[in-house]
Formats: sequence, C-alpha cells, structure tokens
Amino acid sequence: MRDPLVLAATVERFVDSLAHCRKIGLCVVSARENELILELPYSDCIVGNPESGVIHGGAITTLMDTTCGSVVICALPQFELCPTLDLRVDYMHAAAPGRPVRARASCFRETNSILFVRCEAYQDDTIIAHCVATFMRIGREATPLAYRNTIAGIIEAAQSEKGDEGCV
Amino acid sequence: MRLIELVEKAHASGDYSELIGVIPYARTIGLECHRFGDDVIFRLPQQDENLGNPILPAIHGGVIGGFMELSASLYLMMFQPVPQMPKIVDFSIDYLRAGLNRDTFVECRLTRQGNRVANVNIHAWQKSRQDPIALARAHFLFNSGRK
Repeated sequence: MRDPLVLAATVERFVDSLAHCRKIGLCVVSARENELILELPYSDCIVGNPESGVIHGGAITTLMDTTCGSVVICALPQFELCPTLDLRVDYMHAAAPGRPVRARASCFRETNSILFVRCEAYQDDTIIAHCVATFMRIGREATPLAYRNTIAGIIEAAQSEKGDEGCV
Repeated sequence: MRLIELVEKAHASGDYSELIGVIPYARTIGLECHRFGDDVIFRLPQQDENLGNPILPAIHGGVIGGFMELSASLYLMMFQPVPQMPKIVDFSIDYLRAGLNRDTFVECRLTRQGNRVANVNIHAWQKSRQDPIALARAHFLFNSGRK
C-alpha cells in the first residue's frame, strides 16, 4: 500500500504538468490505491451557456478524461504515460452554476496492453455525468526518464523552482 | 440579445464571431467557425494553453472532446428549422492519433434528426481530412415536442 499523501502529490505533479489543467484550475482532492478524486473549480472561463451560467460539457469531459488518465498512477506500480483510446460520457444533470464539480475514478481491469477505467462527476450527492474510458499501455520506456522523474518527485537541479501546492 | 437569436443572426450573415464571443468556453479554447456555402468547418487554432501531454507535446484529449462537443451543438443550433438550444445526452469519442500542437478542424454530420433527439457524427483532423485524429458521436435532446 502506498501512502495516500505521496500518491496525491504524485498525481498533482502530473496534473500540473498539463497546461490546460493549469488553465482551468484542476486540482487533487484525494488519492489512494486505485481511486482518485479531482476537482474542477467553477470559473467564468468554462461556462457554456452565458444565460444560465452552466459549465460546458467539454470542461466536464476534460475533468473526467484527466481523472481517468491520472487514476492510472494510482493503479499501476510505476508511472507511465497511457494515451486515451476512447471515452464515453453520459450526462445526467447540468452542473449547478457557481459550485465546483468533483470526479472520482477507478480502474476496474488492468491488462498488459489496456486499462479499463470508470469515473463519475458529481456535486454533493448529485451525479452530473458518468464515463467509461480505455487507455493503451505503451510501456514505461515510451515516457522519457526526465519526465518520469519529475512526476515521481525526483527533483533535478534545473527545475526545483516549482510553486503552488494546489488544493491538497 | 438572446443566444438563440445570435445563432440565427450569425448563420444569416456568415459571421460567427459575435456568437462565439458570448460563449466563454468557446473563447477559452479558441474555437472559430467558418462557413462555406452550406458547409461549416470549425477550427481550433494552435494554442499552448490547450496542451495536455507536455512530452509530444499534444492537445489535451479533453480539449479535443470539448471542441468536438461544442462544434456539434453549434452545428445543430444552426441547422434547426426553428432554432433552439440542444441539450447533450451522451458523447463518445475514439482517439485515433495524437492531436499535435497545431490547428485542428472539425466537421459535423447530422446522422438522424428525430422529434426530440438528434444524432451527430463529428470528425476531427489536423494535417489531412483523410487522417482523422478523433471520431466522435453525440446525442442531443430538444426540449420542444412531447414532454
């Protein structure tokens, strides 16, 4: 069993390395073996309907794709980049404006080639969306060592100026 | 002016900048819309803030999905006999190639329009239309008709 705080910090370094996730402010709520919760804060820049203030489905898709892609860190013993093969999202409710949306993902089947992941996005007790996704395992070597070290938290002299701590 | 009126106005004039200007998410990802006769092509210009994988670098899969979803709903709004706002029910995307840090294009096709539900196919490419980076389909629900 890995320490949840260590896992959360690892996932956070990964999420922070994705420019678009920094842009929309995705952050880690909690992580443990094979389960991850991320949060999408409400902001004006992700609104799809200016009349109602409802978040666009695309931002929910990004939240769920990132949560599914990052739970891989909590499911596999070592970090490796796994590209998304496909993603299917069912939208149950519009997200209530002005409030954050969280997504909880877990990996329910892992083979040498494929990871099967499911995820739900919610606000309190209301499920906003549900999704299933598959990810391809392309091997650890396909991810450059320097990047793997960054995600593992092995600080190299060149990049030790990292700033904010997000919401963990 | 209401959103739906902006859609009508944009489609009549062929200038979509005002419509896109009032949709914050469209501005965030940088979506553009170009009309050629009855065809519409959506464009997502290269933008560093849309990147996910920093190694390739590649556009975040969620941004590609969001771009395709938003394109499909704009497309539907444009081609309804009576313009109305569609509500997305589900969305399914297959990622075929990495979306590199360059312009991305999307074209939509209305596969089936029922009274209440529409099925839209969405095709995204970068270098060549023959080499799609992603294919998606979505169902949309319209509020009008039977409750």
